[in-house]
Amino acid sequence: MEKTFVTVTAEHDPSGKTKPLWLNWTDGKQYEIDRVTDVRQAPALKGGGMGMRYTCKIRGKEVYLFEDEGRWFVEGKNSS
Amino acid sequence: MVRTILHCDLNNFYASVECLYRPELRGKPVAVGGDVEERRGIILAKNMLAKQAGVKTGEAIWQARQKCPGLVCVPPDYRKYLRFSRLARNIYADYSDRIESFGIDESWIDATGSTHLFGDGVQIAGTIRRRLREELGISGSVGVSWNKIFAKLGSDMKKPDATTIITPENFREVVWPLPVEELLYVGRSTKAKLNNRAIFTIGDLARRDVHLLKLSLGVWGETLSNFANGLDPSPVARAGEESFIKSVGNSTTTPRDLVNDEDVKLIAFVLADSVAARLRRHGLKCRTVAVHIRNNELYSFERQGKLTGASFLARDIARKAMELFRQHYTWDRPIRSLGVRGADLATMDGSFQLDLFERDAVEQEQLERTVDRLRERFGSYSIQRCAMLQDTKLTGFDPKTDHVIHPVSFFR
Repeated sequence: MEKTFVTVTAEHDPSGKTKPLWLNWTDGKQYEIDRVTDVRQAPALKGGGMGMRYTCKIRGKEVYLFEDEGRWFVEGKNSS
Repeated sequence: MVRTILHCDLNNFYASVECLYRPELRGKPVAVGGDVEERRGIILAKNMLAKQAGVKTGEAIWQARQKCPGLVCVPPDYRKYLRFSRLARNIYADYSDRIESFGIDESWIDATGSTHLFGDGVQIAGTIRRRLREELGISGSVGVSWNKIFAKLGSDMKKPDATTIITPENFREVVWPLPVEELLYVGRSTKAKLNNRAIFTIGDLARRDVHLLKLSLGVWGETLSNFANGLDPSPVARAGEESFIKSVGNSTTTPRDLVNDEDVKLIAFVLADSVAARLRRHGLKCRTVAVHIRNNELYSFERQGKLTGASFLARDIARKAMELFRQHYTWDRPIRSLGVRGADLATMDGSFQLDLFERDAVEQEQLERTVDRLRERFGSYSIQRCAMLQDTKLTGFDPKTDHVIHPVSFFR
């Protein structure tokens, strides 16, 4: 499984928290992130790498969105 | 009071981090190696599969390839390793403020004061191992004991991702049957000395009369005897407590062998420049300069000499290094690697004996500080000594930023 670097639109609140709002896929499609259910530091075992892992609900599906030193990526699979 | 000391050793650290970043490497024998072109082609680390094939740290990459034909060699990425090392330390910091690093992938943690919060040593070790796995994706082996020496020994006993506990009750059964070279600071030559005296296991060492050991090994005899008996009271340093610097040095294996004084001079200046800049950054001056020379047969030695006064000038350090070199090297073989070190340090703000006959060094000091600032702003190569341009391939390295891993000593 490949990892795909993506553009993310996020909200940064004054306390330093980051909340990703939109995921902009490589083909230009935009996906709204409905809910972030979990944030923790974790390794990306499938795609390779490590970073802050945001467990996102997008259109009812659970997607791991990683942030590794400022770069965002998603593990594997082409868009849903 | 009996202490609870953990020693955490990140398994196959460099190789594990590389495998984490490149999932396609998993299941293959992997080694992290230096740059073959630059003649630093030795194995720095390997994963389990490469280890099983007999690949050893420190051997040449071509040797390793012969033992293990499918070996994948990846270049090292120290920035990444330092980041993981720091993150691992952050995890340890949740359990104690006494954390002492021993190299990039090992740390001692004194958890004596937090056992009532997080459970006993074994429980804390388990938590740390789980967090390393879940948060960083790497594994660690932990040794739990009441002193640093046995904790370190324990972390080497079961790998990967395991906890070994050594207590005052069981250490005679667990530690004593081990070969004596497993003990920290028993290297090749000490091992030979001990073996000659029929000391083969740590138990043999522990049971031997201290006075006999002192006769053959000097003060070391007593220290090692204490280690073997678990009598090591040395404390785990507090986190953030900067170790007191005893010397500042840089060395390099050059892209080609050095064949004459001119070559050595170039390298000595590059190294002295870096040593001097680091001294200045730490606010230190050195009174002794040492050179380390290794020829192309890997025979090496070090010589040192005193400066007339204390200095942090590259000029003085390089001159002294060259003087020592000319005195002690006869050019029977070309040189493979060279090191320059400033020792016997003094803080810059203290009082110094000035040299009656030397011109005032203030001007030179100003000059070198200005060079520091220029390099800080515009990069290491923005300003260079003219001589460096004679052979840019030889001098084109930056010892200050290229190497960030400094070996550390247990006795500080």
